[in-house]
Order: sequence, then C-alpha cells, then structure tokens
Amino acid sequence: MKKILILFAHPKFEKSRVNKVLIDKVKHIENVTFHDLYEEYPNFHIDVKREQELLLKHDVIIWHHPFYWYSSPAILKQWKDMVLEFNWAHGPTGLALQGKTALNVITTGGKREIYCATGSNSFTVNEFLRPYEQTANLCGMRFLPPFAVMGTYSLNDEALLLYANQYKSLLDFLKGNIDDVNLSNYFFINDLPILSKHLI
Amino acid sequence: MTGSLLFEAIVFLLGAIICVAIAKRLGLSSVIGYLLAGVVIGPYVLGFIGKEGEDILHFAEFGVVIMLFLIGLEIEPKNFWNMRKTILGMGGLQVGLTMFLSYGLFLILGYSVNVSLVISMAIALSSTAIAMQTIKEKGLMETTSGASSFSILLFQDIIVIFMLGFIPLLSNTEDTETSNHTSDTSLLETLPIGFQTLAIILSVALIVVAGRYLIVPMLRKVAKTGVREMLIAAAFLIVFSISYLMEFVGISPALGAFLGGVVLSNSEFKHELESTLEPFKNLMLGLFFMAVGASINFIVIANIPFTVGGILLAIIALKAFVLFITAHVFKLKIDQKLLLTFNLSQIGEFAFVLLSFAFGLNILDQEVMDLMLVITALSMSLTPILGIINEHYILPKVGTKESIDRPMDHIAKSQKVILVGFGHFGSTVGRFLRSHGVEATILDIDSNRVDFLRKMGFEVYYGDATRLSLLESAGIADANLLIIAIDNPTVTREVARIVKDNYPNVELLIRAKNRYDAYDLLNMGIDNIYRESLDTSLALASDALSKLGFRKYTLARQVQNFIKYDEESIRRLAKQPTDEDSYIFKARQELAEQEKLLNNDFKRGVVDYDNHWDSKNIKDALQQFQKNKS
Repeated sequence: MKKILILFAHPKFEKSRVNKVLIDKVKHIENVTFHDLYEEYPNFHIDVKREQELLLKHDVIIWHHPFYWYSSPAILKQWKDMVLEFNWAHGPTGLALQGKTALNVITTGGKREIYCATGSNSFTVNEFLRPYEQTANLCGMRFLPPFAVMGTYSLNDEALLLYANQYKSLLDFLKGNIDDVNLSNYFFINDLPILSKHLI
Repeated sequence: MTGSLLFEAIVFLLGAIICVAIAKRLGLSSVIGYLLAGVVIGPYVLGFIGKEGEDILHFAEFGVVIMLFLIGLEIEPKNFWNMRKTILGMGGLQVGLTMFLSYGLFLILGYSVNVSLVISMAIALSSTAIAMQTIKEKGLMETTSGASSFSILLFQDIIVIFMLGFIPLLSNTEDTETSNHTSDTSLLETLPIGFQTLAIILSVALIVVAGRYLIVPMLRKVAKTGVREMLIAAAFLIVFSISYLMEFVGISPALGAFLGGVVLSNSEFKHELESTLEPFKNLMLGLFFMAVGASINFIVIANIPFTVGGILLAIIALKAFVLFITAHVFKLKIDQKLLLTFNLSQIGEFAFVLLSFAFGLNILDQEVMDLMLVITALSMSLTPILGIINEHYILPKVGTKESIDRPMDHIAKSQKVILVGFGHFGSTVGRFLRSHGVEATILDIDSNRVDFLRKMGFEVYYGDATRLSLLESAGIADANLLIIAIDNPTVTREVARIVKDNYPNVELLIRAKNRYDAYDLLNMGIDNIYRESLDTSLALASDALSKLGFRKYTLARQVQNFIKYDEESIRRLAKQPTDEDSYIFKARQELAEQEKLLNNDFKRGVVDYDNHWDSKNIKDALQQFQKNKS
C-alpha cells in the first residue's frame, strides 16, 4: 500500500471553514501523514533535512493549499526553494523523488466556470499550476490533475461534506496501484468516475 | 557668635553642602566632606561651633542607630546563611588578625591594654561607604573581589554591634553618668542580675515577635493609606520604639535597631523602609561626622606630624597585609587580591562611632581620640589615591593585564566592533558575531573571565569601561559599533554617555534591562535599544497561546505586531516628562504605568486580527454586492 504525504499550507487555517472540514476528514487515515507547514515553520525556517526524510518515506506527495493570486501561499514556494535541492531532487544525481506521484489539492473562492479562456480569470486552473507540473516533471515525479474544491464562497455545508468524502475516496484511490490508470484526459481528478459518484 | 538654633542649623547645612561638594569633586568620599565641614566650622578654624558640638554629637549618634537598622534590613537571614562560609571565614580572619596585630602595635607604642584594644577594634573595620561605593561605581559586584569585599564588610557591620556592646566593659571608672546617657534611666540597675538577663532576653524576644505580628501588619495598614509621609512616620516610630525599649532595659539601642532590621528584612516593606530612612540616615550621619570633625583638636596634631604620618602608614600597611593574607587564604587571583587589599585598607566610619563612644566612656583621652580621628580621616582620604596607584601602576604589571599584545589577526580590522560586558547576555552576542567571522574586541571587568577568554583567543581588554582611556586603547576611535551588554544600568548609561560625548560617530547598540532603562537611553538620544525583557517573554507568551490551540503562524505575526506597537509606545512615552509628583511610591508609579499600558492594549482590542487570508470579508462583500444588484 502506498503512503501519502499531505503538505498543507494555509496561513490562516483557523479561519477556513472549508479546509477544516476537508482536513478533519482525512487527517487520521492510515498511511496518510498530515504535515501542517505554517504550524511547523511559523518563521519560515524550514528544516530541510526533516522535510527530505519525510518525502523519502512517502510515495504520493499532495500539495494541499488555498489558491491565492493564482498560486500557492508563500510558505509552499519557500518549501520548494529550500527542500528540492539540486542533486537531491533534481540534477544529475538528484534522484530522490524519482517515480513518486505528486498533485495539488486546492480550494478556490471563484467557481470553476470563471477559470477558462473566456472567463474572468482568463486561464484554467491547470494552466496556473504549470510551475507545479514542471517541478514534478523535473524531479521525475508523475503529476496528476488537481483535486479542486471551487466556489467556496457559495458552498453550503452539505456540498462541502460531499467534497470531503470525495477527498477521502481520492486518498483511498491513490493508496492503490494507479500506474495503469490513464488520467491525462481529466482537467480535475474530481472528475474520475469513482469520485464523481459522491456528487450525485 | 552662636546661640540661635536656626543659625547653627544654617552653619551646619551650609558647611555640609559646600564641603561635600568639594570632596565629591576631588573624588573623595562624602564622609571626608562632612569631616572637613566639621573641621572648618569647628573651634580651630572658623569657630562657629564651640562647646555645643558635644550635644550635637549625642543627637547625631541617632544616625548610627538608623544605620544599624538599615544594615539589619540588608541582611536577609537566608542569604546570610548561604554566604556564611565567606562571611565568617574571610570576615573573621580579617577582623581577628587585624585586631591582633594592631593591638600588639599599640601596646608596643606604649598605650594601655584597654586603649590598645579599643583602637584595634576601630582599625579592624573598613569603610563600607567608601568600599561599596567604589565597587558599585566600577561594576565589580559580580567579581570575586567584589563579593569578598562585601562579605568582609558585612561581617564588620555585624561585629561592630558586639564591639559596641563590649566597649562599656572596658570602662574602669564608675563616674560615667554624665557621658553615658543610657545609664540614667536604665532599668537594669534597679533589678537583680538574674532579672537583668531575663529583661534583655524578653526585650529581644519582644522585638522579634512584634516585628512579625505588630510592625508588619501596621505597615500594611499605613501603606494602604497611600500617604507617603505616614510611612516615614512609621519608619521612625519603629526605630524610636526599639531604641527606647533597649535604653529602658539598658542595652545598646544600636543592637536593638539592628535586630529590628533583621526581623523586617524578609517583609515586603524592606525596600520602602530602606528608601525612606536612607536620606535621613545619611544626613544624621553627616551631622555626626561633622560633629566629630569639629571636635578634633588640631593644636595637638600639628605638634606631632611625624607621629601621625608614621602611625597612618603603619596602619594602612598592616591592614593591607592582613587583607592580602586573607585573600590568599581564600585563593583569590592576584589582581582580585590587590583590588580587595586596596579597596578595604582604610579605617572606616565605624571607627568614629567606636572612638567617640569609648571617649564618652572615658576609656580614651582627648589626645588619643584626636590622633585616631585624624588618622582615620586621612586613611579614608587616601583610599581613592591608593586605588588609582593600584589601577595604573600595579595591576597592569601583574595578573590579568589590561590588554595583551597579540600577533596581527588574519581578519582585516576594517570592521571593528567593541563589545562591553561578556556575561550571559554579552557572551551570546559575542558568540553569534564570532560565528559570522566578526571578532569583537571585548571589554570586561571580571579578571577570571578575561583570562579564560584570552585563552580562547579573543581580544580582551580588562578594566572599567567608564574609563575613556580604556575604551581608547581598545580602539574606540576606529570602531564602527559599540555594543553595551552589561547588567548594571548605571554603568551602561555612563559608558553610553562617554562614548556619545567623545566619539559621536560610533554607533551604539545597547542592552536595556526594562522599560525605564529604555526611557533613559532613548532620552539620551540612543535609538538602538534592546530590552532583554521583551522578545523572550513574548516567545513564552506565544508558546503558551499555541498550547491553548492558537495557530503558530498567526502568533508569530502577532508577536511581531506587538513588538512594533510596544517599540512605538515606548518611544512615545519616553518623550513625556516623567511624573513630577515624586511623592508617590515608586512601586505605585510602576503600577500606574502598567495600568496605562494595559488600558492601551484594551483599546487596541483583544487581538488586532489582520484580515489577510480571511475569505469571510470577500464572501460578505460579494453577497452584499449580489443583493444590491437584484
């Protein structure tokens, strides 16, 4: 069974209704490690050695964060800058992350419809996540489509609970062998048939 | 010439003000100033004061009683117990050996057994006022020589009470009724011996019990009234009552006052009583010293200058020798030995008390009394000179050198940092600088530490940082930064002032103990102030909130906000003139300040939450917008 690492980054988690429900649902699942970056490193002084060891112990890396200004909160960039060292995560001898899987789990205030060429945000979420996609590529990881909880401003509690259940199912799915599952046709991993059943 | 009480008061006060100011200007102790004032207004110079000097002496002796009460207050039984080995060991050895040798000396000089004994007692005691003043001024309290001096002086303070009790036993004549003012009313003479002892034991017990169950509750009531002068009244009531009780049973009022002080030393009023009585004590003692000065017969002295000089040098040499031996027995380092030796080698103000007491009991005659008074005064005046000789000519040659020559460093000295003080605070600063390849030039006053640091390869200058010459030899002229990391706020301010006056281009970074220190430094125009009580306490508070479930990142931001807010407020408050009403208690003043701070915090809100990353506001605004549209 594969091990999953959730790298969670929210500068004001105590004020986030959506993320609280999502995290509560998955925090204590077996083989899932919940790692709260803002709580661990309130002064942005990231312990590189420790983070690298955590990465080595897991097979699936999830960057779980709200979508701020079309990107992640600051600490996640800091985390990448510090942890993904040359000749460790990339470079000629940087093979530590080879063969692992990576994806973003994001929450956005705006709805899915506005993230497209004709919408007010002009680009799709996948396009905004290109830096993560290429980071995964450079480190030899398989990059999956994001799991997105969108339109949180108008999301009611029932709908939110459905998303939380979907997140839990996603983790169960990722723990299995997904090497042969072709996901490249999906914009969001939410759209996988086994996950979308929750929404019906 | 005399007669009017007002006129006498004017003469005394004017003499004191002028002469003490002169003595201080010359770097001498205020004791010398008072003595000098007494001499000037006394019968042999200006003749303002004649026979009534003796009455004044009796009145002023009350200053001694207050002084012993204050000494008692200083002695917390627990602290005393912890230091008992050094106090009893060093103090006992010093007093015992000095007494033994000087007793022998004066016997050889042809004085009687009783006279020699009294004089040897007087000689054994050093001047607490002068020695402690020097130790505090030079910031030596934390060094071994400072602690040893303190122990010896403390022992002397205590032993003097026994001496005062012992001297009357030497009085071989019965006709003491005119001079011994305690004997008239003494209860003891009317009682059989057994009852006398019982009365003394009972009165001592009474002081102890009353101190705990009567005086402390009374002081609490008085403090509650908030009327400052009531506390002064209460303080005097305590001292007067104890003295009266002691005189009534016929033992020394000084001993009773000392005991009363010890009983109250553990109470919460210790500092209030001290600060209340201190100025009165100083003034009364000043009066006492003036009366002593006025009573010196200069005609006798002027006839035998060589005798005076000879005995003076012999006594200082003897005292210095004993102190050196004592320091040697207790294994002090050579420079600590020398500091101790020179600092305590004078005869102290207690000698005036003992000598005039013995004179009053007819043990000493006028001539011996005058001789010893002059010698005591001269020995006290010589202390600063001896100190300067030691500091400039002896210390630099032995033991820990003020500076040592080092081979030129590989580090370019273009960035020069001077770090004053390498205690707990300074050492952290120094280590961090060193870990960045910045070798600070260190100034420290503790020779043990200086030797150790030199062994570790630091460039260290040993000595008093308030001496401009030391700062200059440490290279202040080329320094970019001067960091002051010492514990004593007074010394800190002094160093800062000297550097600001003489080298205004050197940037100062200064450790401050608390808000009040920071105010002072800010008002001196120093901007880089580091309050040791700010960051650490906020780190603790933020960890406490974190354990209660607050998020660490939010706390980290709030801590920064709080520091910013507090730094701004301290700069604002420093500019305000300090409270003019100096009559309110200092503690109360600090409470008022606390109240002001807390009120400001309250106005600011429980937590000044920033709205960053809180989507609620956006959500609300969007909903409002949609409502308006539809």
